[in-house]
Amino acid sequence: MAHSASPTHSGDGETRRDFLYLAAAGFGALGTAVAVWPLIDSMNPSAEVLALSSTEVDLAPIEVGQRITVVWRGKPIFIDRRSQEAIDAARAVSVEDLPDPQADEDRVQKAEWLVMIGICTHLGCIPKGQTAGDPRGEFGGWFCPCHGSHYDTAGRIRKGPAPKNLFIPPYEFTADTALFIG
Amino acid sequence: MSGLKTNNAVIRWIEYRLPIFSFLDDAVGSGYPTPRNLNYWWNFGSLAGLALVILMLTGIMLAMQYTPHVIFAFDSVERIMRDVNSGWLLRYIHMNGGSFFFIVVYIHIFRGLYYGSYKAPRELLWILGVVILLLMMATAFMGYVLPWGQMSFWGATVITNLFSAIPLIGESIVTWLWGGFAVDNPTLNRFYALHYLLPFVIVGAVVLHIWALHRFGSSNPLGIEANGPQDKIPFHPYYTAKDAFGVGVFLVLFAAIVFFAPNLFGEPDNYIPANPLSTPAHIVPEWYFLPYYAILRAIPDKLLGVVAMFGSILILFVLPWIDRSPVRSAKFRPIYKQFFWIFLADCIVLGYIGAKPPEGIFLIVGRLATAYYFLHFFIIFVLSYVERPRPLPSSIGEAVLKGGGAAPPAAMAGEKA
Repeated sequence: MAHSASPTHSGDGETRRDFLYLAAAGFGALGTAVAVWPLIDSMNPSAEVLALSSTEVDLAPIEVGQRITVVWRGKPIFIDRRSQEAIDAARAVSVEDLPDPQADEDRVQKAEWLVMIGICTHLGCIPKGQTAGDPRGEFGGWFCPCHGSHYDTAGRIRKGPAPKNLFIPPYEFTADTALFIG
Repeated sequence: MSGLKTNNAVIRWIEYRLPIFSFLDDAVGSGYPTPRNLNYWWNFGSLAGLALVILMLTGIMLAMQYTPHVIFAFDSVERIMRDVNSGWLLRYIHMNGGSFFFIVVYIHIFRGLYYGSYKAPRELLWILGVVILLLMMATAFMGYVLPWGQMSFWGATVITNLFSAIPLIGESIVTWLWGGFAVDNPTLNRFYALHYLLPFVIVGAVVLHIWALHRFGSSNPLGIEANGPQDKIPFHPYYTAKDAFGVGVFLVLFAAIVFFAPNLFGEPDNYIPANPLSTPAHIVPEWYFLPYYAILRAIPDKLLGVVAMFGSILILFVLPWIDRSPVRSAKFRPIYKQFFWIFLADCIVLGYIGAKPPEGIFLIVGRLATAYYFLHFFIIFVLSYVERPRPLPSSIGEAVLKGGGAAPPAAMAGEKA
């Protein structure tokens, strides 16, 4: 503070100087942040990864009661063409008693087609139940062998450590037998 | 110059322009006075440094042969094992070097806990050590992903998913970490880059750690400061020789594992190439992460589990202010000494539980052990007020020459506080 030696102007001088310091530092910080952002953002998903962020599935070959797995964004998607018994079983449950209450109607767009992300909501394992002979758990849906989570025919958690129902990806039916995920 | 005397004209010529010889002599030579009573538990600092050097040397050689791409990574590691000259040796040294680095560092840390090495004026030295531990954990985790086996992939998935527990921004952070919507090629690429970078950051932290160490010198088993030159001996040749002996023992054990049980610390599942559509039945982290994994799983809430896991290490940062007892060494703290051993046992129990499925008795024991882990820090906080320490010897020299810790009653605890 060289100018503060002059007592009459010290107040004014210091205020102006403080402002200049703050403005310079603030501008420098802002400029640094703007310069650093591209570095950080370069680690976000790139254009070619985003381009693969949707998946189309032809549902025509799938028979009633059959389950298939497709890949969307590197994650397994379980598609289940449910039988009437499976739908009835899922709708017969009292919703309030579930660990993660959700009605079956809220989990499907068409009752016959259940579409879910096939990743256990506990620690990210892939539940069993997609292929014939797999254990399907106590509720006829899916069973995660890692830590024993049981999912029902609507993919809802019924027993075990998982906190949530299997997640539903964004999807739509572009035709009667054409599914668009993403 | 620290009394560096030489008749070598070349050394004198360099020393005059760049005083590197006296610098080294002051750092690890005859110009560095060290307490005369250090026991073998003080060997593990230099062993950790050796392990780091071994890891970096073998790592650079491996990097010349490895391909960081999801299609080629697994095969390039197999090529290292089968085709590259001495490739199997480099990889086994690097793999087990990681485990030995952690063994040595964990002993180094528990030495610090037993002898109160974290207390004033060495708090920053301790904090830098905890920073090194965190850097080591990040480096080890990313290195384990590189072979792109099943455990690599699913370990990376589970651990990166921990960040999804952060409210609101968690999912975006995980996507950013992955560079996609699942662990995939971008993830492998960046983990490789960071796995190469972080060891050099560790070296930087080690330099600061040693710098802070040299400010006041090593602590010692008695935990009292040196009174004068009679309490110290030159680092070289006394402790260079003692460290060299420790290096010999270390290398014997290390070679025994590398040559006779190279996969002892590993998981067989990691010799199966990564498959994003099939999870191994039991996901287990490397042994050195097991206690933290046990803490994570002990808590039924996802976010709180993650907080507790990171908290179990972060609490070490404030340990110098939790333990307020002026007496450093557990030798003179009869009650603290017992709790130290209970704490060590608790950490081992947590490690055992971390390798077991979180069900039944394992879950209950895991929860009790987790609770005790944090309770320990509360206990030693209270202890620092209620415990009555034994009398301290009046000097290192006196204790050494009498061959024991017994001291005249005049030298009461607290004298050094």
